[in-house]
Amino acid sequence: MINATGLMKSFGKTPVINDVSVSLAAGGITSIVGPNGAGKSTLLALISRLMRADAGTVTVDGLDVWTTPASVLARRLSILRQDNHMTARLSVRDLVAFGRYPHSQGRLTLEDKAHVERALDYMALNDLQHRFLDELSGGQRQRAFVAMVLCQDTDYLLLDEPLNNLDMKHAASMMKLLRRVSVELGKTIVLVLHDINFAGYYSDQIVAMRDGRVLRQGPPAEVITSEVLREVYDMEIQVREIDGKPLALFYE
Amino acid sequence: MIALGLGLLVTAVLAMISLLIGAADTNILSLLWGLPDDQASQILMISRLPRTLALILAGSSLGIAGLVMQMIVRNRFVEPSTTGTTESAMLGFLVVTLLAPDWPIMGKMLVAAGFALMGMFLFLRLLKFVPLRDVVLVPLVGIMLAGVIGAITSFFAYRFNLLPMLLGWSMGDFSGVLRGRYELLWIGLGCTIAAGIAADRFTVAGMGREFTTNLGLNYRRTMLFGLVIVSLIASVCLVSVGSIPFLGLVVPNVVSLILGDNMRRAVPWVAVGGAAFVLAGDILGRVVRYPYEVPISVVVGVIGSAFFILLLLRRRTNAA
Amino acid sequence: MPHEANLRLPGRRVGEQRFVTPGRPALVLGLLGMIALVSICCFMTLGVKGNWGFVLPYRGQKLAGLLLVACAVALSTVLFQTVTNNRILTPSIMGFDALYVLVQTGIMFFLGTGVFALMDPFLRFGMEVVLMIGFSGLLFRWLFLGEERSLHLVVLIGIICGVFFRSVSNFMQRMLDPNAFQVLQDSFFASFSTIDPMLLKLSWVVVLAIVLLLWRMGHVFDVLNLGRATAINLGVNYRRVVITILLIISVLVAISTALVGPITFFGLLVASLAHGLIGNSRHRYILPAAVLLAVICLVGGQTLLERVFAFDTALSIIIEFLGGIVFIVLVIRGAAR
Repeated sequence: MINATGLMKSFGKTPVINDVSVSLAAGGITSIVGPNGAGKSTLLALISRLMRADAGTVTVDGLDVWTTPASVLARRLSILRQDNHMTARLSVRDLVAFGRYPHSQGRLTLEDKAHVERALDYMALNDLQHRFLDELSGGQRQRAFVAMVLCQDTDYLLLDEPLNNLDMKHAASMMKLLRRVSVELGKTIVLVLHDINFAGYYSDQIVAMRDGRVLRQGPPAEVITSEVLREVYDMEIQVREIDGKPLALFYE
Repeated sequence: MIALGLGLLVTAVLAMISLLIGAADTNILSLLWGLPDDQASQILMISRLPRTLALILAGSSLGIAGLVMQMIVRNRFVEPSTTGTTESAMLGFLVVTLLAPDWPIMGKMLVAAGFALMGMFLFLRLLKFVPLRDVVLVPLVGIMLAGVIGAITSFFAYRFNLLPMLLGWSMGDFSGVLRGRYELLWIGLGCTIAAGIAADRFTVAGMGREFTTNLGLNYRRTMLFGLVIVSLIASVCLVSVGSIPFLGLVVPNVVSLILGDNMRRAVPWVAVGGAAFVLAGDILGRVVRYPYEVPISVVVGVIGSAFFILLLLRRRTNAA
Repeated sequence: MPHEANLRLPGRRVGEQRFVTPGRPALVLGLLGMIALVSICCFMTLGVKGNWGFVLPYRGQKLAGLLLVACAVALSTVLFQTVTNNRILTPSIMGFDALYVLVQTGIMFFLGTGVFALMDPFLRFGMEVVLMIGFSGLLFRWLFLGEERSLHLVVLIGIICGVFFRSVSNFMQRMLDPNAFQVLQDSFFASFSTIDPMLLKLSWVVVLAIVLLLWRMGHVFDVLNLGRATAINLGVNYRRVVITILLIISVLVAISTALVGPITFFGLLVASLAHGLIGNSRHRYILPAAVLLAVICLVGGQTLLERVFAFDTALSIIIEFLGGIVFIVLVIRGAAR
């Protein structure tokens, strides 16, 4: 269970997160949606202690993210940002193995190796494991990074726009993978997504944000409705139901 | 126009102060009254007046050199010392001093100017590899190029035991200016006037070859003209008083902060502002540790680099 | 005794394995080690005429100084690049060594030359290092711990900061009277033959302690290489580690600058070469490779220039030349990508 209370964050004078209190239940996939500048990524960064809130607290299973030792938290919660610029020249396997760092401080045990194998397997990276990251396509790189956080074996996985730069096929397979992870491994996954239809199709919970506030939280059927979407996006959006899933037609 | 007049007045006052202070006491009043004070008038005519004139000429022309470079390269952070131009001129000066020590100073200056021109061609060539989107990359490459050329120069100076001389050149200083040793700087005035006349063309040339040709201007000739002006100014100042870093960066940027980016209007302002800045810096250098002098390049170096940093930071907050 | 090992290093367990199997990196390291050794031998023995009993200790002292500088520059540069997560920045490009000269000048300026000359050199060095750490911490905080900034902007600001520091110290030097200036100039560029042997020994102790500490911290650096967010995600106490590294860098820069004065591009040169030769980013390989390369450059280069070409001490000029070119290439290649 992730609990955020009274979160505030400003960059300079502009408030980006404005008194957000939200609790995300353990298990399943939760997606955070909203227009650009709604504060989705900032909220994720605050929850994952990458950024310090100006006010308010975040706890993960009762541990305050800012005061809990970084290494303890790293075995409980992992975060993947959209932009993973780095100078290191690493093979895919090396990168994934770094996911074991919180557990083994750089020296892999047999158990760690098993985790690495499993993560590579899960993300279908076996054939690519000895390639260097800078030789991979955007989608493959993304999968490698997801494999790393998977390998970290935390109860909570936070992913900031994991579908960024992925085409339809890769985006869909990424979402399927994440669903498998949540169902089979029992992980709690929190995503920031741009595409409300992906969010609606794959999530158990949706958090809709706008202007640094949470407007609505609930299962897809309650959030993906014309009324809520109008409030969130300032747009007339029709919602159809297909096979029991809400589908927003925002192309008009 | 009135404002420019005011600027001129300030410069004139600074020039008067510059004439008055110095190790030997001069009583300007006695001169004005026409009283026969031989020693004072001697000092004035041989040392003080040339020095003040040299300050005005060097200040205004270096300001203009910076402005012209900024127009041609379309980047407000370039000037002779951030593009390797000064260092190239220094290399040329060193080479000619080694190979033909007997040449007149004019000839040496022309060789230095030739090297400066080549240095700028090299810089422009390097810029072709740099994507234009990153504004700060241009001066970065320029400063590094300056470092590399400077290393070559130091190497030769070291081999031929000319390192102290080289150090003297890189340390701009007006204390050695006497009658008969500054007159080359008048060439700078000529360049300044030429730049004023051709200002619009440089602005156009900065837009690129196609744009320039479309307007019926000869791109190559305009570029070359601008580059020649810059290299002449840089070498004239170098051989007469030594290098003064960042001057061509500070003055045009201050002017553009106040006036906006109209190049044609900026030219007289930059000339006047450059003169005033150098005069003030020189006065400061002379009084701060009286009777010793702090060279102008040190004073301008402190102010110039501080200003450069501020400028860079300002740009960032603007962009954000 | 696995039980005790467990107490000290919780991550160490039975059946431990390293991340990378040694192959090319080990080969490169071996080769570099050999070349470095040959350089050192040549440096000690080439061109000796007359009394060995005099020459060896004399050259030995000089060698000790050169090795110290090589270690200090190589380690500080690689660590700095790791912390700042890029391959162009180095402490000297960011104006750290100019800052050191400024601090030194400032102490003399504000305390007076009399006090400066009489001061215990260890106390003075300690004071300088503390001031350096303070300043560099501020600079770093401001540049890197805040919002994200364009790398090129940061580099340019760093370079101009260096110019600014140099100008200010130049200005202060001019404000001193010419005699005091001479005292200061002498203390800036202590040549290897005149350096206080005690100070040299102390510096060696400090550098060795740092090397030991780095060895213990080793694994953290590789994680830092993945960038700030990933490092935090993996449980690194980012703030503390960064501050520790900055502290180490400040000490190393102070040592190397005190010994040879500023050499802007030396660090960049050896760090870039090390990365290029080793081919991966493991600090276990990169750090020693950079140190060995620095030794080869300094000791080998010095020998080559002195004994073979009879060029004397123009080495720093040549290093600046090569380093400048490497920098331009790095910048252009990086920007083109």
